[in-house]
Amino acid sequence: MNNDSLFKRLLSWIRESSESFDEDMTIQDVDENESFGVVDKQEHIENLEMVRRKVYSEKENKSMRRMEAIYRWFAVLFACFFTFVLIVTVSHMPKTGDLNNPANNEVAERYIKEGLKETGATNIVAGMILDYRAFDTLGESHVLFVAAIVVTILLRLDKKEKDGINTSIIETIGEAEKDDKIFEPKNDTILQKVSLIFVPIIIIFGIYVILNGHLSPGGGFSGGAIIGAALIMYLNAFGFEKTGKFFNEKVYKTVCFSGLAFYALAKCYAFFCGANHLDSHISKGIAGHILSAGLILPLDIAVGCVVACTMYGFYAMFRKGGF
Amino acid sequence: MTIFQCILLFFLLVCAIAVSFSKNLLNSVLIFMSYSVIMSIVWMLLESPDLAITEAAVGAGITSVLFFVTLNRIHAIFKSAGKKKEDVKEEGNE
Amino acid sequence: MFGENLLNNYAEAVSMIIFAIGFTNLLLHKNLIKKIIGLNIMDTAVYLFLALKGYIKGRTAPIISNGVIEADKYINPIPSGLVLTGIVVSVSVTALMLALTIRLYKRYHTLDLDEISFRLRKEGR
Repeated sequence: MNNDSLFKRLLSWIRESSESFDEDMTIQDVDENESFGVVDKQEHIENLEMVRRKVYSEKENKSMRRMEAIYRWFAVLFACFFTFVLIVTVSHMPKTGDLNNPANNEVAERYIKEGLKETGATNIVAGMILDYRAFDTLGESHVLFVAAIVVTILLRLDKKEKDGINTSIIETIGEAEKDDKIFEPKNDTILQKVSLIFVPIIIIFGIYVILNGHLSPGGGFSGGAIIGAALIMYLNAFGFEKTGKFFNEKVYKTVCFSGLAFYALAKCYAFFCGANHLDSHISKGIAGHILSAGLILPLDIAVGCVVACTMYGFYAMFRKGGF
Repeated sequence: MTIFQCILLFFLLVCAIAVSFSKNLLNSVLIFMSYSVIMSIVWMLLESPDLAITEAAVGAGITSVLFFVTLNRIHAIFKSAGKKKEDVKEEGNE
Repeated sequence: MFGENLLNNYAEAVSMIIFAIGFTNLLLHKNLIKKIIGLNIMDTAVYLFLALKGYIKGRTAPIISNGVIEADKYINPIPSGLVLTGIVVSVSVTALMLALTIRLYKRYHTLDLDEISFRLRKEGR
């Protein structure tokens, strides 16, 4: 197989339309201890067999096999045509890195020239997204919040056991914990010793990135992601009980809600005033100091806390369905 | 710097193609993680350090970790590679 | 048919090719996880294209240092801000899709889109 040329392998891959391309699709399909609710076990096995016969067999369904081959050829041809059209478009665009591009207009010039005077931030990009265009960042924080809500709705498990309801869909927290510990029954010693050293360092670095968001590269989002990563590492090393002592559901709800509410109250006037910028009366300070740039620093801290809690919340929901 | 940029862009292409051609799901996610890291370095070469930090923390950190946890939750990570097919065949015949 | 800037815009051409690779990934694979990876690859290709639009040769990153405030020493900062928003939206959408995949797996015990749609049709939805 490795001696064939790349082109021959590509052709044979396109031709294999009846065989399933990925092996890992139907994984551990029938588990003995589960009841199936709507479909009982025997019918489930029959369904699988019927699908395998209809979709994946070579002899029984020639027309479906031909349709799949046509679809694959058509998809590859369409992708090639699409690439060709896009590359022709790219070749007609102005040169990359040229000075007189239409994208470098007077708006960018204004942001660079008057940015320091009007916002007080040395980092022009942070000053732009948190002062000139703070309304867009408000929308983005809401997108993150909605995603956290939907993940909680989909994956959260109830605390008490439920009898008489379809247990194939709803698991209990006890089952989810047992399921989680298949490969790692005990906590790892190396991970615990290493994370005792690393987690404080990562949290301090994350706080540094957030607080210096208006002076150097970084800002609320990357600092929040770094702190979230530190919390994930702590959870991996020490388990859910120890982490639940300082980060439980109440802390999560409080931090997410208050961070987003502060940002929304600070910038929601744009709904009513249009493009007129309201002065926040916090002094802009000396450029280059941490306590400068007006309202940008509190907004950065709010966004950083929200992002850290959201990232950790995603991870905890995916692993166990609760905190 | 342009030679370095060309080499990195070529690596990006290779990673993007290798993701679709690998059969094991775990390998795909690992290659995707390295794709994110290379993308972060390309952004550093294009003089945008904000994007580089954010992509390194979010793309190669959070997204890949979420993929791994999903694979764990749907029982797609196996201790030994050859174990899966016999398990599926045994349980299908019961 | 081809314009004159093709060799100069090689990086944008590479980003378009990666976009098409991600799109093909979405079309041709039946596995749900590979489709989600394909969507993510498409996202990052678009961000690479946007960041290239803000790059100007010979200039440096948009952080004011040493008191230099002339506009012809820094690159264009606007596309950078747009991509920053895009990265966060991309991670939110990926987390949502993975949560939906877990629920689908718990219900149907398979990751194959053909089989799931076959069973949905059989159940009459």
